[in-house]
Amino acid sequence: MNPGVLETIRTLSTDDAWVMVVGSLVNVSCGLLGCYLVLRRQSLLGDAISHAILPGLAVAFMLTHSRAVLPMFLGAMAVGVLTAFLSQTIHRVANVPEDASMGVVFTTFFAVGVILITMVARHIDLDPGCVLYGAIEFVGLDMQSRFGLTAPRAFWSLAVVIAVVVGFIVLFYKELKIVSFDAHLATTMGINATLMHYLLMSLVAGTTVAAFESVGSILVVAMLIVPGATAHLLTDRLDRMLMIAAAVGIVSAIMGNILAVHWNTSVAGMMSVVAGLQFATAVVAAPRYGLISRWLHHTSLASRVVREDILAMIYRWHESTRDRSLSAAQVVRALGGGLLPHLAMLHLRVAGLVGPDQTALRLTRAGRDRARGLVRSHRLWESYLAKHFDLPIDHLHEPAERVEHFVSPTLRDRLAEEVIDAKTDPHGRRIPP
Amino acid sequence: MIPFNTMVVLCGTGLLGVVSGIIGSFAVLRRRALMGDALAHAALPGICLAFLILGERHLPALLLGALITGTVGVLVVTTLRHATRIKEDAAIGIVLSVFFGAGVVLLRVIQNMPSGNRAGLDHYIYGKAAGMVVQDVQWIGGVCLVVILAAVLLYKEFTLLSFDTAFAATLGWPTLRLDIVMMGLLVIVTVVGLPAVGVVMMAAMLIIPGASARFWTERLHVMLILAAVFGGLTGIVGTWLSATFSRLPAGPVIVLVAAAIFVVSMTFAPRRGILARTLSHVNLRRRTARQNLLRTMYELVERDLDARPAVTPAALTRLRAWTEPHARRLLAAGARVGLIERTSDGHFRLTDRGLLEAVGVVRTHRLWEMFLIEQAHIATDHVDRDADSIEHVLGADIIRDLEDRLVQLGRWPHGTARPPRSPHEIAVDGGVTP
Amino acid sequence: MTMNAAAVTSERPAMNRTSDSPGASQSAAPWPVEIHDMTVAYHRKPVLWDIDLAISRGHLTGIVGPNGAGKSTLIKAVLGLVPKASGRVTVYGKPYEQQRHLVGYVPQRESVDWDFPVSALDAVLMGRYGRLGWFRRPRKTDREAAMNALRQVGMADFAGRQIAQLSGGQQQRVFLARALVQEADIYFMDEPFAGVDAATEKAIVDLLRELKRTGRTVVAVHHDLQTVERYFDNVILLNMRVVAAGPVADVYTPMNLQNTYGGRLTILDEVAEAVRQAKPIR
Repeated sequence: MNPGVLETIRTLSTDDAWVMVVGSLVNVSCGLLGCYLVLRRQSLLGDAISHAILPGLAVAFMLTHSRAVLPMFLGAMAVGVLTAFLSQTIHRVANVPEDASMGVVFTTFFAVGVILITMVARHIDLDPGCVLYGAIEFVGLDMQSRFGLTAPRAFWSLAVVIAVVVGFIVLFYKELKIVSFDAHLATTMGINATLMHYLLMSLVAGTTVAAFESVGSILVVAMLIVPGATAHLLTDRLDRMLMIAAAVGIVSAIMGNILAVHWNTSVAGMMSVVAGLQFATAVVAAPRYGLISRWLHHTSLASRVVREDILAMIYRWHESTRDRSLSAAQVVRALGGGLLPHLAMLHLRVAGLVGPDQTALRLTRAGRDRARGLVRSHRLWESYLAKHFDLPIDHLHEPAERVEHFVSPTLRDRLAEEVIDAKTDPHGRRIPP
Repeated sequence: MIPFNTMVVLCGTGLLGVVSGIIGSFAVLRRRALMGDALAHAALPGICLAFLILGERHLPALLLGALITGTVGVLVVTTLRHATRIKEDAAIGIVLSVFFGAGVVLLRVIQNMPSGNRAGLDHYIYGKAAGMVVQDVQWIGGVCLVVILAAVLLYKEFTLLSFDTAFAATLGWPTLRLDIVMMGLLVIVTVVGLPAVGVVMMAAMLIIPGASARFWTERLHVMLILAAVFGGLTGIVGTWLSATFSRLPAGPVIVLVAAAIFVVSMTFAPRRGILARTLSHVNLRRRTARQNLLRTMYELVERDLDARPAVTPAALTRLRAWTEPHARRLLAAGARVGLIERTSDGHFRLTDRGLLEAVGVVRTHRLWEMFLIEQAHIATDHVDRDADSIEHVLGADIIRDLEDRLVQLGRWPHGTARPPRSPHEIAVDGGVTP
Repeated sequence: MTMNAAAVTSERPAMNRTSDSPGASQSAAPWPVEIHDMTVAYHRKPVLWDIDLAISRGHLTGIVGPNGAGKSTLIKAVLGLVPKASGRVTVYGKPYEQQRHLVGYVPQRESVDWDFPVSALDAVLMGRYGRLGWFRRPRKTDREAAMNALRQVGMADFAGRQIAQLSGGQQQRVFLARALVQEADIYFMDEPFAGVDAATEKAIVDLLRELKRTGRTVVAVHHDLQTVERYFDNVILLNMRVVAAGPVADVYTPMNLQNTYGGRLTILDEVAEAVRQAKPIR
């Protein structure tokens, strides 16, 4: 790590610690809910709701003339659920594409919100800029003591939110899983998918409003989508996905704050950038779904196939012609040339499967064993197809062509049992033992 | 006399509305409405980077910066969708929030610089239409020209790409490059619109005019023209309103005007509007109910048509799955339009006009039933229900065609005024009083 | 050195294949369509592997197999609509990319948004777009061709109607008309009979016969086992790999069907699974 950054870490204050704690609370709540949004392909509804709750906040403020937490919560939840409902209704009743109807609804709500806020701006210390990128830097300025602990005001409301979110997920884990996987199946099982949907949406709205004044709406959107998507790249299990998403959220909060302090810039913005970096890392390097892993897997498989093709080719050559020799150049040419066959030849020689003579290739003992296995798989497979499928003999070869590379010894034995009496393949070639 | 500055702003927002209406229509049709939203957000870091590099607010450079990061945003969305398991909605959301986050980071860095406060870059987030100068309008006008030209010249290509990309690919078209051209236009429009209306409002400008226009027409070129008109109107009216009531910011007012047009279109548009659809639905149901009533009345008295005996509501319920109150309601509705009369003893009878209409209804029904039996080899007991749903919507020409076919098949003596006999048994028992 | 190493690379049988059976890959006259060693994978999951086929000229060929067997994918991969992990496709001996104008395509009805604001005639007209240059508008002759095609599928009366207001069968006929105006030599059709009414089914069958009569080659994904023998000359039995391919009379046997749709598939499935585990791709 850059020594400057280390220096920054050393100078972090208690205020900064609170920023990280509050940020972590926001990010974990959003990240957990976001997993479901990502899986249900409703990420953008999270985006829409987080923009659309603005008029709810404004109306709550106009009615109560205060920034009391409860009315704002209720206002935001009402508008959040209304957004989800209207998007769906306009889509269904008026035959408007789903994304367009969502776009119409949330931009309109947002516009209403901005207008309301500018109208009451004289009385409110909520400026439109704050709506977008929040003021998490200043959470330390507004402290409250409860239960013997003095913590930022935002901490207390967010603690409630995270408790509700975690409680909801734990309580309805099974139901949420089924609803997210297959809403119709859930309905047939007596789970009210619509209710679960709106519960989830109101939780998203509630979390958003709690996070709003501290971190602003962009960080909420980022945290609703990015940790869930990152986790989705790293695992196939829902429970792990939730945990990874939470971890991504916490790392974003901590690293985001450190870097923001270091470069003296927006904390909320930096937190979403850090989340984005984690996502990018996962896209490239995720163990199973990452780009590198796919490329490696693809390449290693391709080269294994070429190596095995060479082994089998030499075996068959000596099986059919005992006297003439086969050169490495011939083999490479037969495989279409290029880098891969050359590398494969080299690999085979180094691994001791093929003898050193390049003009007259010979299999070593180990090489012959491997090759025999491959050829045996191929011919067993053809025999199997011939025995159990009513096919003309010339149709048998193609399916067997690549199968030989993937037949494990156990599977080979199973095939042998299926064609127990066969000594030769359908073309009359001997099946090696 | 409108002040010059207001005139400039009106021109700017009007043109912006026109151009975003056109290009937004394609986005809406391709289910990419929110791509514009992502783009608008992704443009912010580019604007900030351009400022950081040049150290001053040089409009073309800022636009170029926005164009670059906006395009990168589109490419990232496309790559994520194609090369990973991330779905499109998440990809859009990720680009939107992370790019915007990066933009905010850079913006704050700029604001902390000594010269940063005068940069006015935060207008790109909420927009400041009132700050528009002639140069901005020239830019928007230029972009407007390019987009209209592209929409006219590439109309055929854009149409097929939007309707059926796979088919376009089998024709050997470079669908990817066409797609990039289309998205590139979207990026350019978004970028020139940002300073005027801001990030979120730009998404609205792209989506709402097209979505509104779709209600009024079934033809793509009409839709594009309408969307341009709606967009232009939105921009001009919105700006005028915000100039008149000076406390209101232009961007949100423009969006509200657009939303108003959308709501009006959604409600009142002929055919596709909610009102028209509800009305035609109600009408069809009413007509179906009346025809079913007439047919049932006819079947009840068919054996004794000259006497035309009166029937009880209870008799109707035996032939149809109606409750007695429902049957009474139908009868009352029939009586109101003079198809049915109430006899002195409280029973019901077809009027002359009712009988005439009933004959037509029954004839259509039985023709259709017979046709189904003749042509589709459907078991007799399955016929009645199918015939029920279709007969109410058969046109006169189809009925004539059916008649001809049945005459040809020798199933129906030509020129008979009365309906043919029903191909299946009708259980009439009791409830009929002469 | 007289022997060619490639000949023993694979165990390709030396005997000549019967020239009229699809599945053969060497012949004097080039086949309308040849598919060589084609493997297709969606993400990590191979859906088709090692497809080797030759489609015979002037015949109607049906692709039959259970759900998820990769029937549509086969067509899409041939047309380059889904990326191939390996393999190549030739049309009359040349790469498909050079011969696109010879190939017409009828996609699955569900693949497009029927609420798109175009009329039936407009939709059919799109079949002519391939032969129009950039920026060029369809001309009167194109409109007439489109109208004729609509007439041929019995849809002339619906030319002006918006496509969402057509029944499923009518929409299918619009797609067929669009393929007709392509005036192609080879047609690929993806489930043309899926979810259509009796009238449309008859119209499609008549159309297929007409195409055959005029020497066109048709390859269609088909889901109805009852009608395979009546509608098609050749059949390809597909279940992730080609189980059998050839003239209907030779290949469409109860045993092959059982093997395609189940029955003795346990080992086939295990092998498929082994390949799936190992094969990566994309």
